[in-house]
Amino acid sequence: MPAELTSELRKGNRLALSRVLSQIEKGSEKSVRILESLFPFTGQAHKIGITGPPGSGKSTLVNALARQLRTLENHPKVAIIAVDPTSPFSGGAILGDRVRMQDLQGDKGIFIRSMASRGALGGLAAQTEMMSQAFDAAAYEYIIIETVGAGQSEVDIVNLAHTTIVVDVPGMGDDIQSIKAGILEIADILVVNKSDQLGADQSVKHLQNMIAMGYRGLRYAGGKHRLSATMPQKQEEVETTGWVPPVLKTVAFDGTGVDKLADEIVKHGKYLKETGLWTQKAESAITDTLRKLIQSTLYQQWRQTIPDEELEDIIIQVLQRTLHPHQAIKQLLSYNKITRN
Amino acid sequence: MPEKKIRVLVAKPGLDGHDRGAKVIARALRDDGMEVIYTGLRQTPEMIAEAALQEDVDVVGLSILSGAHNALVPQIIQELKDNGQENIVVFLGGIIPEDDIQGLLEQGVHKVYGPGTDTREVCKDIRSAVSAEA
Repeated sequence: MPAELTSELRKGNRLALSRVLSQIEKGSEKSVRILESLFPFTGQAHKIGITGPPGSGKSTLVNALARQLRTLENHPKVAIIAVDPTSPFSGGAILGDRVRMQDLQGDKGIFIRSMASRGALGGLAAQTEMMSQAFDAAAYEYIIIETVGAGQSEVDIVNLAHTTIVVDVPGMGDDIQSIKAGILEIADILVVNKSDQLGADQSVKHLQNMIAMGYRGLRYAGGKHRLSATMPQKQEEVETTGWVPPVLKTVAFDGTGVDKLADEIVKHGKYLKETGLWTQKAESAITDTLRKLIQSTLYQQWRQTIPDEELEDIIIQVLQRTLHPHQAIKQLLSYNKITRN
Repeated sequence: MPEKKIRVLVAKPGLDGHDRGAKVIARALRDDGMEVIYTGLRQTPEMIAEAALQEDVDVVGLSILSGAHNALVPQIIQELKDNGQENIVVFLGGIIPEDDIQGLLEQGVHKVYGPGTDTREVCKDIRSAVSAEA
């Protein structure tokens, strides 16, 4: 069965792809074998992360962007993984991103999959990366990953995406917000969406200033997001600094500025490949994945060595403050050795 | 091993613009621990089947208040079948005349709900229908 699903997926069978995605999301035994057989076919797709605060228009922007990417040369296939939060109380979720993506439904070259975060923090779900591998193997050339509405530190997307787009809207706070660490720092492209609203230019300024501080010695040509080419004495610095995140204005609702956004994404992809950063990013993504897999595998292995009563007993001791969590860990980790001796 | 999450597509086919009922149901299912994909208003049968395919849902819940159920529902069920998803359980809610219900059930609708339905009943029905399917 897994072998059949795999070959059907590779042939472009969308139902097979959809079922594979479900298996992966469940984390089933079967999905592990499927992913193993798909893995050699991955590594081609350009993964684009879109993050930003709730209500900033991420879904609408994804809608417009996907349509724009489809108009590029050879009409590349576009996959969308849209993550929405799981209720911490019921474990249920309402996944509403498709409401803003209705334009895309007639196009068989676009595949939208909604995903609940299922308790994961960081703006993604635990299986988002593995799901992107399935799309990658199914020859989707662009994979857009929309995170849950993010605040200041949901930055997991940067480990997964080649190009991270941070969406901001006018009036989201003063310039001190823009020099804080966190979400703005991870952007390869910054977008001020809803830029037909009051204060858009000011938001653009704040963001440009923030970037200018990060790329010392570089200046922006007035109003443009590119580095000034008229400053020859800085040329060398420009080259060594590499990519400077452009700040773009969009109105996702009517598509204004989205063509430019698509251009910048393509440009960023080229830049990554030319500089070798593409491989470097893939390497850090793999390192991150391995680290998480090791953590969960070791945890599960360890958990099997400890009887429930024993664990409960230690938790109660910590609860009664007779044991510090550090001491508890020591005891728990040495549990096996003690009983064996 | 994580428990199996029930995934439900809540869709409004046809032209009526009243989705309060659909949203109330979506919320109730969420509070019952299901993952609900809501697609918005004015969906064609093709759009609904396409969303069900991409999302690999267990259940499709349709809300129709326009009176077009006899035209739309069989089309949707046919589209699901054409896509190879005949295993999806279809529920229908809205203003459905008594006389039409039997025909819709014969077409493959699992159950029809009218105004004033207790949402707990819907949750229970979905759970038992999905576990019977699995």
